[in-house]
Amino acid sequence: MSVKLGLLALLAEQSMYGAQLRSEFEARTGGTWPLNVGQVYTTLARLERDGMVAQDAQADEEGRILYHLTPLGLEEVTTWWRTPVDRDETPRDELVIKLALAVTTPGVDVPAVVQTQRTATLRHLRDLTRLKVQASDQQASSDGTSNDLAWLLVVENLIFAAESEVRWLDHVEARLATEAARPKRAVASTDAAAAEDAEYRTAAARSANTTTTSQGARK
Amino acid sequence: MTAPILHIVDVTRTHGEGETAVHALRGVSLDVFPGELVAVMGPSGSGKSTLLNLAGGLDKATSGQVLIEGDEVGALGANQLASLRRRRVGFVFQDFNLIPSLTAAENVSLPLELDGMSVKEGRRAAHEILEIVGVAELADRYPDKMSGGQQQRVAIARALVGDRRLVLADEPTGALDSTTGEGVLRVLRDRCNAGAAGLLVTHEARHAAWADRVVFLRDGVVVDTTGSPEEAETLLVGSGS
Repeated sequence: MSVKLGLLALLAEQSMYGAQLRSEFEARTGGTWPLNVGQVYTTLARLERDGMVAQDAQADEEGRILYHLTPLGLEEVTTWWRTPVDRDETPRDELVIKLALAVTTPGVDVPAVVQTQRTATLRHLRDLTRLKVQASDQQASSDGTSNDLAWLLVVENLIFAAESEVRWLDHVEARLATEAARPKRAVASTDAAAAEDAEYRTAAARSANTTTTSQGARK
Repeated sequence: MTAPILHIVDVTRTHGEGETAVHALRGVSLDVFPGELVAVMGPSGSGKSTLLNLAGGLDKATSGQVLIEGDEVGALGANQLASLRRRRVGFVFQDFNLIPSLTAAENVSLPLELDGMSVKEGRRAAHEILEIVGVAELADRYPDKMSGGQQQRVAIARALVGDRRLVLADEPTGALDSTTGEGVLRVLRDRCNAGAAGLLVTHEARHAAWADRVVFLRDGVVVDTTGSPEEAETLLVGSGS
């Protein structure tokens, strides 16, 4: 999620100064994605440049500069609420990359990698569950401020994500067991890469022998 | 640290003999302390249910020891075992297993009455625990007039009635929707926080997350745990609960 849209959404309610934007953002998301003030001001400067926010004519009584939304900024927020979040772009997930490399790197104890991760994720899941119990007690006993509800929803989302990771790790483990039982073949991808490499070198040698100036023989 | 309520030492359980022998458990050790909920996870056939049955005296270990509050289960005779199950260990099953012709209060007090307690005393104990698990108003209702979540709360009450301090739960939320299941786990968690010891078999990570520790079984062996009892305790203090 971009910080930009978060700030715009907050400013759609009322004018705010930078530090206030930061604390509002954190209060509503339970401090799960901390922002630093510098980040807030950089983003505000960019939004101002793009004509989506503007500074109030007067500073508040304590001399802080308040920012408000311009019509263009309001349009941007409205569009955000209406359109789905883009899921086409695959986020770079360290665990997925780690396991993809682990299964293709000789000498890595992949089941151990899976088990270690699952233990850690389960611990994380347990801690999140405790947070959730606290959050739901808080929400039940509160005067119904929506920040408590927002925090509860954030924690529950993290719980679902952690659970999904554990399920995927279970699946990886089962898949590895099936693969281990299968008769082995030569590792095709390495062969293919070696062949491609040889081809490239041959082509490079050939082009060096001729007088062509083409340097980018590779695809 | 206080003594464990459930103390399992290097237990094996083998079905059959010789070449066809099946090793359901191969040297498992596990302690569950008062106030602790421990989850057992693992693939099908890993030995989870065998472990639970041994812990409750429903099955006997081939070797090793199972101690409940200091008494070795393997050394008990049939009568003593029956008494152990009525007085000191409670079971919670996926399909509740309440007796349909008895009310909630009667279901809960049955084990106590079978063990010689007077009906009056048994009912008083039943009402007490039904109140604690939040279903006091269901005392005179029959199981077919209760929702799944209510039946499971009654089953937890039955498992913990009297001075029983060890509850063994086998997929207790398996037949419930996610919110109801969570309510049931919360009751179990609260009972453990109040001093009971719980062993929870589950294949759902989200449910195991209610436990202080998770023990993984594979092919009858503990392959990993998410920490020691001491560590679980520190975390509990650390999280302010």
